[in-house]
Amino acid sequence: MTVTAVNKDTEALTLDVTAEFDATPERVWQLWADPRQLERWWGPPSYPATFTEFDLTPGGHAAYYMTTPTGDTPKGWWEILEVDPPRSLSLHDGFANEDGTRNTDFPEGTMHVAITDIGGGRTRMSILSLFPTPAAMEELVAMGMVEGMTEAVGQIDAILAEPVPARA
Amino acid sequence: MEATPDIDRVFGALADVTRRDIVSRAIAGNEGVAELALHYPMSFAAVQKHVAVLERAGLVSKERNGRRKVVRTNIERLGVARRLLDRYEDLWRGRIDRMTDLLTDKKETLS
Repeated sequence: MTVTAVNKDTEALTLDVTAEFDATPERVWQLWADPRQLERWWGPPSYPATFTEFDLTPGGHAAYYMTTPTGDTPKGWWEILEVDPPRSLSLHDGFANEDGTRNTDFPEGTMHVAITDIGGGRTRMSILSLFPTPAAMEELVAMGMVEGMTEAVGQIDAILAEPVPARA
Repeated sequence: MEATPDIDRVFGALADVTRRDIVSRAIAGNEGVAELALHYPMSFAAVQKHVAVLERAGLVSKERNGRRKVVRTNIERLGVARRLLDRYEDLWRGRIDRMTDLLTDKKETLS
């Protein structure tokens, strides 16, 4: 397991995930900067992502769609805020309409990626996700699930509707 | 996807330090509003208002305990925020696993 720390703040509505890799910062940066590599991890094999637009410069945009097992293609976008290869990347992300334009009915989230050389050929990467409001968090997490979760995750409504605490 | 105003209410209710404290005290479920009010440097009416906000959010409810009415926390409601973030954490763990696979893959991925 390469994830070394996870911090969830339910008041500030943030999730901070830190991972360490046996690779150089430059190599880890490529996972983000090369859309062909990005496509190999952004969505799981059953929901692969395809980036149709990719401009990793401040103010630049990226556009992608996922292909679901049923053939649907939900779309998303990034707006790049800051880029400092191979150290950091900040972006807004959200939903897109069928025609690729931003779907303003849905909230946008913010993501900060920090990549640090920790010596010995190893690199630490942290991803801080910020949600503007609780409802936005819910919607974006639901979107993340559409993108990312396979069998393990049901709809957010189902989670909220569950009458009992988690099995813990 | 349907917007759920409910969740805003939950988070809004938890955004206040007194209300968070009430929620944690009410887990035990053996104090009424009057007893709860003794813990805070504010009027009974003010505490009653806080409890009402928590009630509307579904975070606490009043229940009868013998002849008294006590305030009790609805634990499952409290878990909503954390569980949402748990799901998001799962998403990122999956992504990082795939990143690791890519990085440990042969040099062909570098081409």
